[in-house]
Amino acid sequence: MSGTAAGVEARLPIRSDLDLVWVRQHVRQAAATLGFGLVEQTKLVTAASELARNTLVYGGGGELRAVPLTDGRAQGLRLVFSDSGPGIPDVEQALRDGYTSGGGLGMGLGGARRLVHEFAIDSTPGAGTTVTVTSWAARTPRPREEP
Amino acid sequence: MNDDLSRAGGAPVPVLRLGDVLLVTLQGDLHDGTAEQLRQDIVAAIAGSRVTGVVIDISGVEIVDSFLGRVLAEIAANARLLAAQTVVAGMRPAVALTLVELGLTLPGLRTALSTGAALELLGRVDAAATDGPRREPR
Amino acid sequence: MRSEAVPEHDAAAPQASPTDEVGAFLNRRREQIAQRWADEPLFRAVFTVSRDEAVEAGRSVVDALAQVAASGRVEDSDSAGFTVVREQLARMTAARSRSGMSTAQVSGEVDALRAPVVNLLVADLPDVPAERLRESTEALTVLMGTLRLVVMETALTEVQSLIDRQQMQLLEVATPIIRLWDGIVAVPLIGTLDSARSQVVMETLLEAVVDQQARYAILDITGVPTVDSLVAQHLMKTVAAVRLMGAECVVSGIRPAIAQTIVHLGLDLGTVITRAGLADALAYALHGLGADIVHATPGGAGHR
Repeated sequence: MSGTAAGVEARLPIRSDLDLVWVRQHVRQAAATLGFGLVEQTKLVTAASELARNTLVYGGGGELRAVPLTDGRAQGLRLVFSDSGPGIPDVEQALRDGYTSGGGLGMGLGGARRLVHEFAIDSTPGAGTTVTVTSWAARTPRPREEP
Repeated sequence: MNDDLSRAGGAPVPVLRLGDVLLVTLQGDLHDGTAEQLRQDIVAAIAGSRVTGVVIDISGVEIVDSFLGRVLAEIAANARLLAAQTVVAGMRPAVALTLVELGLTLPGLRTALSTGAALELLGRVDAAATDGPRREPR
Repeated sequence: MRSEAVPEHDAAAPQASPTDEVGAFLNRRREQIAQRWADEPLFRAVFTVSRDEAVEAGRSVVDALAQVAASGRVEDSDSAGFTVVREQLARMTAARSRSGMSTAQVSGEVDALRAPVVNLLVADLPDVPAERLRESTEALTVLMGTLRLVVMETALTEVQSLIDRQQMQLLEVATPIIRLWDGIVAVPLIGTLDSARSQVVMETLLEAVVDQQARYAILDITGVPTVDSLVAQHLMKTVAAVRLMGAECVVSGIRPAIAQTIVHLGLDLGTVITRAGLADALAYALHGLGADIVHATPGGAGHR
């Protein structure tokens, strides 16, 4: 069911609209390769889209690093979004739903956090922001995928 | 993956007119700019003619993030101001689950299972009969 | 313990490392070790048909240990040498578990294999300096400890795959999708809803809504013993997702006790449409589709 991790590891620039499309497509493909189910893939791609857009809009651009993980028999995908923008002065507040400093629905950070299994944010005002998220492919295969 | 890009991506989304209903079919992965352009196109199309309904078929869309969600909500809000109803049709289960988890339940948006059901909802039962299959096999 | 310890002795004569010594010993005494192990409870109880079978199994375990020792990685349970005997060890531990042994007891039986082989090593190297004998014994002890670890790992893997299989069966059994009418699907939920199951229920129901183009989806929770805030949250998420897809979700079968719990917990089911029983939910959905239920007898007309 799960393939090899080849092609999952990547470094993608986040500099424009078009880069967001590449980020989504890479994350989709990586998650599929690692054996994520359709719903888990969709959640992870959506989270990646939110975070990449944050990197682009608030961080002034940056990059995504994708890393495959293995923990026993479980396969996971870690995504690290980093920028060297102005940083987030109040991380707690930024994670709250409804918070926005730039014209979204305010679902970006808090919403993305609910779509992944692990979420960490490291921000230094004036020096940039790094958001690290990790999700694991479900260990139990879905009934639908049984022959 | 390249196919997705050429099929949708940066190309503008066509807005079809069917009687007094606008029919928009979204496919693949939309650029932010394309989505924003679509919003303006639809508002212009409603303003320029007597349109009473807008049907946006998203059965070919694999992800809706908060940006696209906001664009859809804005289209509905703008259309409402111009006395037209908007129905979003054919959202995939994985997309619906993700939006709920994201906290984006889009309460102001009317939804339907298919373009046919959406036209029915807009009181266009006759037009619904001519509706083709709602989802292309992938 | 390994190469670092060697240089002192190098001056005198080039000598094998303790792990090499252990490897050579295992190869040399393969037959004796296998014979002794065949009388230990672990082998004796598993291979009941013939003693030869037990000896043969013992030989393959000795071979594996020799290979691991030769590779120098006596403390590594992932050593390639163990690969060939993993399946056999799994069969052996499974057989012991079936006869009612606890994991700790099986572990103890594996540990019992250590003493015979260590004694044999000591007896085998009478002329070796005490320091070197100590090192070799230590390497062998570590190796036997690693064998014990490998056995425990295989036992755990067995248990885990059993749990996985059962979990899957449970999910399959517990989430049937029933098409009640053209455009109406229902999922009767039975048993406790945990997070993983709720997820599967949600996905299955949503897929059914698409596949059957169902305008109504009924979640019947008559068979759910308790509704806590987590379950309530999952119900509301399902309802919201179904709505986004363009259908309507009705929750039925909220028993009086559960209704009280919901009120007591202060849970707000919000805009969720609820009905007392599956029949009421079906009537509601049929009405929505424009197909009302009326009594056939004259004078009894009227919808529920």
